[in-house]
Amino acid sequence: MTAAPIDWDALIHDDRVHGSLYTDTDVWAAELERIWYRSWVFVGHVSEIPQPNDFVRKSIGPQQILMTRARDGTVHLLLNRCSHRANQVCDLPNGNAGTFRCPYHGWTFANTGALLGYPFSSGYGGRERKSELGLAEVPRVAEIHGFVFGSFAADGPSLAEHLGSASEAFDRLARLSPTGEIEVTCGWLQHEVRANWKMLLENETDGYHPQFVHSSIFGVAESGIGELYGERSAAVVRDLGNGHTEDDLRPEFRRIGQPLGWFGTKPERVPQYIDAMRTTYGEDTDQILIDGSPHVMVFPNLFIAEIQLFVLQPLAVDRTVQHVTALQFPGCDDLNRRMLQQTIGSVGPAGFLLADDSDMYERNQRGVQALAPEWLILERGRHRERTDDRGFTVADVTDELAQRAIWRHYKQLMMAAP
Amino acid sequence: MSAVAVGSDVLRDVEQFLYREARLCDAHCFADWEALWTDDAVYWVPANGDDVDPTRVMSVVFDNRSRIGTRIRQLESGKRHAQSPPSRLARLVANVEVLADDGIEITVASVFTVHESRVRGRTVWAGRYEHILRRTPEGLRMARKTVRLVDNDQPIPTLAFLI
Repeated sequence: MTAAPIDWDALIHDDRVHGSLYTDTDVWAAELERIWYRSWVFVGHVSEIPQPNDFVRKSIGPQQILMTRARDGTVHLLLNRCSHRANQVCDLPNGNAGTFRCPYHGWTFANTGALLGYPFSSGYGGRERKSELGLAEVPRVAEIHGFVFGSFAADGPSLAEHLGSASEAFDRLARLSPTGEIEVTCGWLQHEVRANWKMLLENETDGYHPQFVHSSIFGVAESGIGELYGERSAAVVRDLGNGHTEDDLRPEFRRIGQPLGWFGTKPERVPQYIDAMRTTYGEDTDQILIDGSPHVMVFPNLFIAEIQLFVLQPLAVDRTVQHVTALQFPGCDDLNRRMLQQTIGSVGPAGFLLADDSDMYERNQRGVQALAPEWLILERGRHRERTDDRGFTVADVTDELAQRAIWRHYKQLMMAAP
Repeated sequence: MSAVAVGSDVLRDVEQFLYREARLCDAHCFADWEALWTDDAVYWVPANGDDVDPTRVMSVVFDNRSRIGTRIRQLESGKRHAQSPPSRLARLVANVEVLADDGIEITVASVFTVHESRVRGRTVWAGRYEHILRRTPEGLRMARKTVRLVDNDQPIPTLAFLI
């Protein structure tokens, strides 16, 4: 990777960033090297491969990854590329198989990646190199609450170190489930946008846009969501550190004080869920149900969006796929039905919300090609950043603290030693 | 499932209904298109295959009559950015076959391509339609419309018009 050195200091300032960061293919190449093929990237959830020998096709950036569960229960992240002459060994999106057989010459691999054998082995004249010719594996794999992350860097911060305080978002999500577990069993929509991945990254915890981008559906559905992202809202945007950011709506939800108000419903509509929650959490239940579900962007690619997950997959400097699914909680059919139907309505290519967000991403990507102005302005709320009682920097939810925090972390990664 | 023999008048009425529905969608005649639906309407665009359960897995669209109404109101608001300006559309509906007719409801299969033009460029959408049309005192109405995109298991762009 020997592109001309990029002057990150010149491109990324505290309150503005240069438009070329979204269009320059040298920047894109550097991001692959420094972010996607080095840092911890979310891949999938263990509930997508519940049984031994289950597999599902996932990705890390543009790389196709097979997430498998071996017979002994261990989770593996393999690259879908035959070690022989680069064919793809798996052509299904998911399934159950103890081995993968390359269609080209029949080389057979275990779902741990090990090469088990090849036809007509006399052709290798006794020079057996099977142990060296397995499928490539992502060097580090780690999980939190069943969320599987991979890192192409053999060394570096642990997943826990990378997540830092963002790990609490996973804890909070788990506490919304009576069993403490979540399930990702609804499959994923794949919504492609002609935009640089960072346009999406910077929007997930943007609290300034909802009343404008989503005014059509807020009006039609008579939704109160718009007010959560308004000037009078008590909600805050928070820098969680390490590039992770949060829109914390709890100050508003606590002010309103309605269990399940965060989800626009009432306990009597989901009695099965409520009973199960009270059984597990007792007198903590009401507070959990008032506080609601996290709205956290885990750098670089996982957006925990309350009842759904988004995964950002960059494919080119100006092309990104959003993978999106509904969250489910084991045994909570009544709530699950609602979470699934609400998700289907709001996200994906025809989503009431996401079609309009995606239009913004593409308009931004077209606009950023303009010769002038050269900068994107991220000053909003700088004058009112403050520290919360746990030492995190927060600002009003419509402020651009999240974007500033993301760029600060991004710059560190891009300027780190090779 | 093979086509059943129906009278040519039934086939003609069904085809004319499909062509009219297509024209209303292309021309963004939201109120007229909404009026074609029955109260128990289901408008479904499945994802990730053809034999999937929309009550358990993600779909691109899975609208009951109420949500069809929400979708139309949102489009009529003029503030649906993904359709501002509206896509310019031209679709072909062809290969029309009546799969069943019990005297009240007619199950129809057809194939479509939609050419969509927006600032982002030209997109071609294609797939198979399955309609269930119901005879009512007001004429044929749609009880169900299923849209099976050829690429429903691949990344697809924003689909904010009426497919």
